[in-house]
Amino acid sequence: MAQNDSPSRKRGSRLVLAITVAIAVGLPAALFGAVLVLLPLTQRPMMDAFIREQLGRDPATWSPTQLVYAGAMLLVGLVVFGFASIAGGIFSWYERRVAGRIQSRIGPNRVGAGGFLQWIADAVKLLFKEDLVPAEADSVLFRAAPYFVVTGFLLAFVAMPFGESLVAADLGVGIFFVSSVTALIVVGILISGWASNSKWALFGGMRSAAQVISYEIPAGIAIMTPVLMAGTLSMQGIIRAQGGFPWEWFIFRNPAAFVAAFIFFTSQLAEGNRTPFDLPEAESELVAGYLSEYSGFRFALYFLVEWGNLWVMSAVSVTLFLGGWQIPGVGEAAYAAARGAGTFPAAAWWALQVGSLAVFVLKTLTLVNVIIWIRWTLPRVRVDQMMNLCWKYLVPGAFACFVFTLAWQILVGRVPAVDLATGILLSAGAAVLLVLFAKQTRDNIRAVAGTKIDLSNW
Amino acid sequence: MEKLILRRVDRNNEEMLLNFGPQHPSTHGVLNFLVETDGEVMKKAIPDIGYLHRSLEKIGEMVGYPGFMPYTDRIDYVAAMFANEGYALAVEKLLKLAVPKRAQYLRAISCELCRIASHLVSVGTMATDIGAVTPLLHAIREREAVNDLIEALCGARLTYNYHRIGGVAYDAPTGWKDKVLAFLDHFDSLIQEWDRLISFNEVYIKRLANVAVITREDAVSYGLVGPNLRGSGMDWDLRRDLPYGAYPDFKFDVPVGRGFRGVSGDAFDRYYVRVLEMAESSRIVRQALEKLPEGEIAAKVPRKVKPEPGEAISRVESARGEMAYYVVSDGTERAYRVRARTGSFLAMGIIEKISRGLMIADLVALIASLDVVAPETDR
Repeated sequence: MAQNDSPSRKRGSRLVLAITVAIAVGLPAALFGAVLVLLPLTQRPMMDAFIREQLGRDPATWSPTQLVYAGAMLLVGLVVFGFASIAGGIFSWYERRVAGRIQSRIGPNRVGAGGFLQWIADAVKLLFKEDLVPAEADSVLFRAAPYFVVTGFLLAFVAMPFGESLVAADLGVGIFFVSSVTALIVVGILISGWASNSKWALFGGMRSAAQVISYEIPAGIAIMTPVLMAGTLSMQGIIRAQGGFPWEWFIFRNPAAFVAAFIFFTSQLAEGNRTPFDLPEAESELVAGYLSEYSGFRFALYFLVEWGNLWVMSAVSVTLFLGGWQIPGVGEAAYAAARGAGTFPAAAWWALQVGSLAVFVLKTLTLVNVIIWIRWTLPRVRVDQMMNLCWKYLVPGAFACFVFTLAWQILVGRVPAVDLATGILLSAGAAVLLVLFAKQTRDNIRAVAGTKIDLSNW
Repeated sequence: MEKLILRRVDRNNEEMLLNFGPQHPSTHGVLNFLVETDGEVMKKAIPDIGYLHRSLEKIGEMVGYPGFMPYTDRIDYVAAMFANEGYALAVEKLLKLAVPKRAQYLRAISCELCRIASHLVSVGTMATDIGAVTPLLHAIREREAVNDLIEALCGARLTYNYHRIGGVAYDAPTGWKDKVLAFLDHFDSLIQEWDRLISFNEVYIKRLANVAVITREDAVSYGLVGPNLRGSGMDWDLRRDLPYGAYPDFKFDVPVGRGFRGVSGDAFDRYYVRVLEMAESSRIVRQALEKLPEGEIAAKVPRKVKPEPGEAISRVESARGEMAYYVVSDGTERAYRVRARTGSFLAMGIIEKISRGLMIADLVALIASLDVVAPETDR
């Protein structure tokens, strides 16, 4: 104990705390700052205005215009890449801490204050590891597989919204694009399963292919429900069709959408290989599944995608069903009014952007938490049960939701009073469910809290 | 041997021979299963044992009667207390020793605490094998408390070496009784917490109920013992039916698999019988502590243990089922033969039959539900 209290030790721990806080605050601040500033400023009208007013050229005739565009694209790419990888890293630390709490242990707490820098240490360690390709593996495919996975994951961020004007590219086919490129991940997993030339990896790859491709179907159909309600595939368009208050979110706008949201969320879990659908890498069955033969940086890439996918899954669900970045009480007109008439937006507009970013991040992190809870609570389903759930329940369920929503949109969706009443009723019901859940959790804790014994002095 | 096993696997190009082990997260030690699969569905799984063979029975012939006691810990290091007790009982039969009442009670208490610890590992790893990692950590946390109690009793947390020929090594320390009672008060509520945490989780039940069903006839004819036998609906417990030591003095129930969530004899029954047995062990420890008599903790044993020529068999109800010792004496200081018959070894026999047509994930459930401990299989 004496050693712990010595001045040098104290100074050391203060330094560690300072470094940790600097990274814990600085990194997200820099990231979100870059997202906040660069994403709107690199939109084409802004770039045109920049060329016209700052450089004094006409963007339509000035030949290097395309170069400026390309530079802006590169910046956006860097921001998105940085955000995706660092989000994955931080989630890896966060998940392990949460898992530690759930499992009544501590979790990583050595590197940095609260173990916050653990993910950096892990990444550096993996970078320094031997780059091992098994002798019997198909070395070209073995090396190529992680890039498919990472590409599929990173491309999803192209259409991923962060705030009202904060999106790398508001594609007209937004949600369609996202679900297509994330399907690229399964190609990488299948390749790695085959190329590893290991039976466990092959099992993992086959399971993954069967699982992800199956669950694409209910996910795709469940996506159609909000698309029907919004009348657009664009991510921003879907969010704009919702509102800030819970009863304006798509999930509460009709009963079928409520069901569709859960179908979609379940399918996302399966597509992201999260428990209870972590069959492709089921440790107790397949050792590490498709990852069995990977080490070093390639292994790090798979895990980057695994944790980064937490953000993708949650952000897409928030976009489709939970109102996205909509701030309660702030309509579309408010953004237009705050923007002002100048080339570059006014301060009030930036404030609104910060608000919308905060709302979106808050909702997404809540869902990330839910996914982590589920992972550390549930056992794993069996392969046939996973397939049964998909084809017997989720696919027909998603279809039913689709048809119901169609009828709802035609029959009652156009009556604003009914729409509002449904929204309020469903969101109130959901609130009651949440309260009951919290109460049950509290009772469960209380049921054993009284009999806890202190073992520390035994 | 290897060739012999491989010959038993009829392979054509449709099927794949998968080495499930010897290094595998779910084999609970160094075990190998030669799995013949067609995709996810197994044709059969053949256990290939012997990786952990340490010639313990031969050592028993070399080291003398008291000297073998620490080695018995290594037969089943998850539940070492029973291996101690079984060997002690066999030698006591050879010596025709009467064990003092207090020693018998301490043996019962230590064994039942050990059963709780062993079953906690069993049900915890079962949950992990099914994919839920959290319950294992909670089980291990409680097992630490049991280990603390046993450490206070005999100074060791895993390989106890607590029982002696003629009694036990140490008396219960001052204040130990209250600590055990405090733990049991806590533990009884924990079993309900355990049920909420994992036992009646819908996914968990779906994975275990009606899976790897062992009928009562099969269980008897393959010689399954302990919770595996009782999980199949066979109401047989040595502590009640062939009582030894202090067990006739205690009142307890014997949980039997009745098809708690599926049919009798499925993986869930074997799992849940263990959960219920923990509660019964707690009951036994309470009664034993209450009635704990005063007196000697060990009978007078001569310095040189030299039994008359003859043979003795002892049977104890270990955490993994009936454990039998067969000790032959030729009148010298060393046993002529020591033989241990263990539950895990018997459980391995039925795997080939039950595994037919199961999925790979079910094989994991089957191994976990049989509660196989590799060193006990090989000795």
